[in-house]
Formats: sequence, C-alpha cells, structure tokens
Amino acid sequence: MTAIISFIAVLLLVAIGYVGGSAGPSVRFLFGVVIPYAAFIFFVGGLIARIMKWASSPVPFNIVTTTGQQKTLPWIKHSKIESPYSAFGVVIRMALEILAFRSLFRNLKTQLHEGGRVAYGEAKWLWMAGLAFHYSFAIILFRHLRFFIEKVPVAVQMTDMLDSFLQIGAPLLYATDVVLLGAVTYLFIRRVAIPQVRYISLAADYFPLFLIFGIGATGVLMRYFTKTDIISVKMLAMGLISFKPVVPDTIGAMFFVHLFLLSVLFAYFPLSKLVHMGGVFLSPTRNLPNNSRAVRHVNPWNYPVHVHTYEEYENDFRDKMKEAGLPVEKE
Amino acid sequence: MKIYNGGPIFLGILVFLAIALFPFYNNFGKVNAKPEPKVDTPAIQEYEKANGKKECIESKEWMRGEHMQILNQWRDSVVRDYNRTYKSNSHPNAAPFNMSLQSGCMKCHSNKKKFCDECHNYLSVKPYCWDCHIQPEEKEEVKS
Amino acid sequence: MSKLPKPAELAKVSYQLPKTGWMDTPVEFKPGMFCHGSKPKSLELVGFPNPREWRPADADWKLPENWKEIIIEGIADRLKKYRSFRLFMDICVRCGACADKCHFFIGTGDPRNMPVLRAELIRSVYRKEFTTAGKILGKMAGGRELTLDVLKEWWYYFYQCTECRRCSVFCPYGIDQAEITIIGRELLNLLGLNIEWIAGPVSNCYMKGNHLGLEPHTIVGNLEYMLDDIETVTGKRIKPTFNRKGAEILFVTPSGDLFADPGTYTAMGYLMLFEELGLDYTWSTYASEGGNFGFFTSNEMGKRLNSKIYAEAKRLGVKWILGGECGHMWRVLSQYMDTWNGPADFLEVPKSPITGTVFENAKSMKMVHVAEFTADLIKNNKLKLDPSRNDHLKVTWHDSCNVARGMGMLEEPRYVLKSVVNNFVEMPEDTIREKTFCCGSGTGLNASENMELRMKGGFPRANAVKYVHEHHGVNMLGNVCAIDRASLKALMEYWVPGVGVCGLHELVANAMIMTGEKERTTDLRGEPLPSVAAKEEKA
Repeated sequence: MTAIISFIAVLLLVAIGYVGGSAGPSVRFLFGVVIPYAAFIFFVGGLIARIMKWASSPVPFNIVTTTGQQKTLPWIKHSKIESPYSAFGVVIRMALEILAFRSLFRNLKTQLHEGGRVAYGEAKWLWMAGLAFHYSFAIILFRHLRFFIEKVPVAVQMTDMLDSFLQIGAPLLYATDVVLLGAVTYLFIRRVAIPQVRYISLAADYFPLFLIFGIGATGVLMRYFTKTDIISVKMLAMGLISFKPVVPDTIGAMFFVHLFLLSVLFAYFPLSKLVHMGGVFLSPTRNLPNNSRAVRHVNPWNYPVHVHTYEEYENDFRDKMKEAGLPVEKE
Repeated sequence: MKIYNGGPIFLGILVFLAIALFPFYNNFGKVNAKPEPKVDTPAIQEYEKANGKKECIESKEWMRGEHMQILNQWRDSVVRDYNRTYKSNSHPNAAPFNMSLQSGCMKCHSNKKKFCDECHNYLSVKPYCWDCHIQPEEKEEVKS
Repeated sequence: MSKLPKPAELAKVSYQLPKTGWMDTPVEFKPGMFCHGSKPKSLELVGFPNPREWRPADADWKLPENWKEIIIEGIADRLKKYRSFRLFMDICVRCGACADKCHFFIGTGDPRNMPVLRAELIRSVYRKEFTTAGKILGKMAGGRELTLDVLKEWWYYFYQCTECRRCSVFCPYGIDQAEITIIGRELLNLLGLNIEWIAGPVSNCYMKGNHLGLEPHTIVGNLEYMLDDIETVTGKRIKPTFNRKGAEILFVTPSGDLFADPGTYTAMGYLMLFEELGLDYTWSTYASEGGNFGFFTSNEMGKRLNSKIYAEAKRLGVKWILGGECGHMWRVLSQYMDTWNGPADFLEVPKSPITGTVFENAKSMKMVHVAEFTADLIKNNKLKLDPSRNDHLKVTWHDSCNVARGMGMLEEPRYVLKSVVNNFVEMPEDTIREKTFCCGSGTGLNASENMELRMKGGFPRANAVKYVHEHHGVNMLGNVCAIDRASLKALMEYWVPGVGVCGLHELVANAMIMTGEKERTTDLRGEPLPSVAAKEEKA
C-alpha cells in the first residue's frame, strides 16, 4: 500500500516535470532554473543544518561496538581495525565501513530448520546490491561533470571511457546505467519480497527508490531513445553554474522530467533517511577508539549525583559489622 | 548552539562543500563559449550554390540526435550485408545515398575538427569511428 | 505463574507476520513474557518517580496526569544529551540487516522483536513530535501519536531486549538497539514503569552495596561456607580479609557469585587463586557489587551505584582494583565508569605484583579483569596446573555479550581455558565472539515469572550448545558472566539437559595445584576427580 502511494507520488512528479517542460518559456525557466537552484540550496544547506544538529548533541560515553579483540597483554593479538585503539585504526575502520560497507558484509541469513535447529548462512546479496547501487550512482554523478566543465577534464573523460568500454550501441552504453537501474530494482524487489522487510518498510523507503529509478530511467531514455539536444543541456548547465541562466528552446520535455525528479531528490534529501550519507561518519559505535580504559572519555554534562556514602552505610550496619569482625571507621 | 567534536565535523563539512560546489568555483570567472560547428566547407558551399539551400540526407534536427545511430546502422549494413544503399526518409524522391563515412559524410563535412570535434569535445564524446577509418587530412587553418 | 510449554513446542517458532501493519496491530501482554511491575518501596528508596502499586496486566497503570508531557520532554532532553540517540532516530534506512540477528526475534518470531522495529516503536513518536515531515504528513511519514497503548507497547518490548548489541555489529551505520533500549527504559522510568526484578536489586545495591541485599555479616558468612568447602577439597584453610585499609588491591565481583551455585564455585576459584598467589588484596562489603542494575534503569542511577567502587578504593587506600567475572559489569566499567566517576587519579596504573606486568590498557580507569590477570599469570608460568583434573569435562565457551561487544575481551579467557582444560570445543563461528548470542536473560530479565521469554530468548544460544553437545559430547558451558551462570543453568536444563554451567575460575581452581594441599579427590562441586573415578571403577 505504502509502495503504491510512493509510486503514484513519483508518477505525479514525472507528470509535473513533463507539463512544466512542455509549457511556455517562463514555466520552463521555473523548472529549468528556479527549482533546481532552490533544490540545490536546500540540499546543501539542509544537510549541513542536519549535521550541525547532530553535532550539537555530545557523545557522553565511549560506546564503541567492539567486533574484535581488544588491545591488552602484548602477546595477545590485537584486532587493530575491528577493535581500534588508535586514531589510525579508527580511520581504517571508518574507511572500510564507508567505502566497502564492512558491517553489511557480515550479514547472515538465520534459518530455523525442521526439528528446531537454527542455521546461519551466507547472505551477501544486500551488500552487493548496496555497493553496486552507491558506486554506480557516484560514478554517474561524476560523469555528469562533463556538463559542468567547459573543457572536460581527463579524469572525467577516462571515467566515461571505462564506463562505456563494452562499446555497445551508439551512443555507447554505460555499464553504470545498467547497474544502477538493476540495483535499484533489486533493492525494491527485496523490499517487497522478503516479508520481514516489507513489514518494516515505510512510504519513505519506497519513495526514494522510485525517485532514483525515475531519474535513472529518464536519463537512459534521453540518451538512448528519445534523444535530447545535449549541447543545449550543457548550455543550461553552464548557465546555472555561472549564474547566467538560459533555457534553450531546443531542450525537450523529457529533460525537464529528469531535472525535476533530481531537484525533488535534492530537496528531499535532508528531510529523509538519505541523511545517512552524513550520519554514517558520526556513528559513535564505529568512530570511537576502544581505549576508554586507558584514556578517560569526558562527558560534558556529567553532573554530581546522590550517592549512598560509606559513612551512611556504616551507620546502617555498624553493629552487625562489628559482630562479624569487620573493621569500622567509628566505634 | 554548542558544537561537540567540531574539528573533524567542520573538516567533513568543508570536504562536502568542496565537492558539492566544485562546478561553481571551478567555472568562476571563465567565459563560456558555445560550440559552433561549421558547415561552410567548399563542397557545402558548392552544393548551396547549385541547390539554393544547405541540406543533409535527413533533416538537420534529426541528424543532430540520431547521426550516431545512422552511422552504426550503416556500418552493420555494409560490413554484414554488403548493402551500401540508403534511402532517405525526409527526401523520399532523392536518389539513394551511398553508405560511406569517408566518401559520403566526410565529402561534404571535410572539416572534422570544426564540425565533428566541435561538439564532441564540448561534451567529451569519443566516437571510435577513427579507430578503423582514416581521418580526412586537414590543413591547419592559418590564423588571420 | 503461567505454565512453561515443552521445549519441542517452544522450538516451533512461527515467523508468520500479522495481516495488519504493526502500527495497527494491538499488543497482547502474554503471561510468561513479562516481569512483575516495580514495587513502590524499591522506587522510593532511591527516589525514582511515581512509586505506587501497579500491575502491568492491569488496564490502569496509575500514571501521572501529564505523563505524555513528561515523555515528550524526556525525549527532547535526551536528543540534546546523546548524539547516538538523535543520529539513530534519523539515519536508519530499514534495510533489515538487523532483523534476524536478534535472539528474541529468532526465538519468538514476533516482528516487534526485530531490532529495527523495536527502534521504530520510539522512532515513530520521534517523527511525529520532532520532525517537520512527521508533523505535517503524520502516518504517511511514519509518524505516530504517543498514546497509552504506545507506552504499554514500549514497556513490553523494551523489557524484551537485553541490550546485547548483536544488532549493532551488523548494522551498516552501527545503529545500536542497546542504546535505544537504554533511553527507552530511562523514559519509562520517568513514570515509574520499571520491573521489580531490576528495581529491587537497584534499591538493594544502593542501600546495602549489592543487588542481592546481602548485609555485611551475611557476606562474611557466605564466604565462610565457601571456605569450609575449600578446606574439605584441598585441606587448606583460607582467611580472606574484608574492608581492610592498606591492601594493595581491592577485589570487586558481582554479588551473584556469593549467593548461589554455580557462581559460588567461581568465587571459590578466586579465593583459592588469590591465596595461592599470596595476593595482598581485600574484599569490600560496601562496594560488594560489580554488576550494575542501575544501568538498566537510567544513566544517573548507573552512576550512583557505580560510584561506590572508586569511593571504596579511595577510602581503603588501595593501589588498583581487580574485577571478577561479569558481563554487563565490564561494559559499565570499560565504557562508563571512568567517565562517570573518574578520574581515578588516587590510584596507580595496575601492575601485577606477581609478574610485574603493567596493564597499560587500563591505565586510566585502573581496573583489571580477572581473566586478563590470570592469563598473564599463566603466560608467565606462575601457576602449577594439572588440566587433567578437568578431564571429566568437555567445555565450550560462551562469550558474554557485553564483554565481547562492549570491551573486546575474546582471547584472554580462551587462553586461560585452554591452559586449564584438555577438552575444549568452540561452538559454530556465527554464534561466538563478536557474533555471540545472549543468554536471553540479561539486563535484569532473569526473573522467574518471565521464564517463557527467557527460554525463547536463549533459544539460539542453547541451539549452538546443543550442536556441540550432540556432535562433540560437550557437557560444560564456560563463561565469564554472573547472569550467565545464573540463567544459562536454567536454559541448559530446559533445552540441553546434560550440560552444566561454570565460571572460568572454577576450572582454574580445579586445575591449580596449591602448595601444601592434600591430595584432591573431588572437584569444587564435590564430584570425584576423573583419576579417582577411574580407580573406583576398577575396584
């Protein structure tokens, strides 16, 4: 049900983008310039605001989750990354987490067999799809720099070449286009096909999937099928980044759908679970060293509390203590 | 608002800004020229003189979007089927064209640098036509 | 009390999900799955709010009129205090990687026991009250009004989580359900919604120094019984000291070890080991609790109970502190104590008087785990060991959740274990070390009225033990946790009869040859030693 609502919402956005792109020059200016600017500002500002909000709450305790042997006696092998003691270890642990999705790689499938036997199996699909999705998205974004830099840098050219090295069709097919759409489709299918995951899924989980699929699909349509005048698209892009916006007439409506969906994604980003992009860096169970026994972690709001002192304790039990032969402070 | 662990967090935000705003500051203060492919080779001028207009095998708008596909189809047709005849959709009465890059397209558009490369470079498109075909020789234009 | 179903019945877990979404599915309080509510006296003694007689199964929980306000303010306050809380509310993508990692989910099949959904219980209210999208879109954005039913749902499910952190190992963002349960329980405690099995020990510990409420003379008396037993086994009379000023080391262990077997055997192990070493140490009757049930109610209460350890170390003028075998005790000591009640600059960096080893890894909080201490002794050949005295045992090792995932002590106990027993078998790798399963009774859930919950929660752990029991003849489950020793015993009796439970130092003491001891014929439990048993069989 929530999936359907999200799907309809994205369809509606597609329609809005299309209508906007097919309208007169002032509406096209709105969809080609005003909305993208606003969305971008909202994205950058919103994400920073969200991070500042997190940063305004302290980390009162060192709550690192240790997934390996602590540093202890010198002859016991210390797990330097899974239970990092130094800042360097933490950096490596975080890098693995962010670049290789280390924790997701651990994923297991728990199954209860006949006769009450529990078994644990490999479950790497989510990890693979997650990596495929995020990396292809990143590469596609990077490739798009060709629209934003007049003399396209070699790095972008190389990425472009590598991405299309299969030399299928004309224009050449990008591998990341296929991988992105495939991965998003997989992530959607597992969300509806695995009962537990479907049970926990909210509209907010389906919506970004459909939205990103929509962005990818319109991109693919424009490149391989309906075509658009990409010279004009680049002129629009260059106009945006040099603050001399123009919306050439030769840009088709499909491009406006693409751009509008992207604008929605940008604007939606800081309000949604997508903020995990920034949040993953701040997770205190991962970004702290396991050295709280050697280096005191300070809680900025630590405050004095009522305690039951030894004196009070002895007052309560002095006679019993003396009878049991225990030393007391006051006779 | 008090910020905790501000050092690494601000550093992270700076990196984020550096990435997100890259296109803006990278382009700052530059004058952006629009690519202008030239369609004024002697062969084209001659054609214009004879026919009163410039025209290609299909309409200009269509060619802009689909020329790569046409070249792809031509290659397959010539190499696999040994068929070199192309019937134009927009000029149904015209005589069939000879499917050929070097002795077809490049006859008129002999100025690869000023025609093909102008847009391809602008958008970092790298067609592999010239991996097999021989590029037309172009004399370096003498700047006046 | 409800009747506990047979194991074969309980092992048939249904993972069938309700037809309705979880927000629209009412919670049913099932007998056997929850604990008694806190008694007014327990709350009053420590000054917790809303002390009153109440029963969780009753409709009326006797809450203050402005209970909703209290909770919402409580959430707002904690969002400001804990980055973890704010972050974990925001960044979950509901990928579901944690879902089948929770022992309570595996054992009950209840979808609200998936860590992600347990977090959503509170996250839904957070969205509704604290996010723009939730305020406007409500349920569409996953928001939910805080109602009395929601509050009851929280209570039911935050007392079905043992804060074992297994989910946080698998979460791609390190979201730790333990952290959310800790805060959820703090909120519930603002309204006096505790369970007596926690509230009672907390007030005991506050007033008397330990969870069990053992008064000073009782502690001495209980130890006397153990000393008698030690004399029977070894022929040696040990005379430990209590509350002694000027000792080099203060020894603190969970009070459970002083009370019931098999914990008492572990305590006997400590006594024998320290005697053999001639350690200059003392017990304390004031700081007579290593564990900390306060940690299961609120951060503040945890700190109040924990304060006694440093205070007592300071009063007695010891150089450093040695800690006994316990699970959550060591999470609290490792990750909270120094922050709460430190810096302990009146103590010295722990140094083993026997080997001279300096425990650099504890140089600030100044407390050493007895397994680290003993591993160092064995490595330096300071103990005479005869592991064959444990030959009647086939031992497997249970990593306690907190020690594994909140401290990282995995190898030290294994090293000690391998030195004192000849037969050691690991359980399947996905059920040990950082992926270890909870006993199902942690965080104060080891009561008797919730036995069905405990047996369900302990199901995955028991299952792994059953595997090595059936395949390798394992008959003893070793661990370094007092709650484990108390709860795994019941768990084994239920799921894997024939497997006993013991602490590490019971096995150490069995194997350790003490100077001047008589020839031992039994182990600490009074069971004949393998060599003696063999002779008897021949005769």
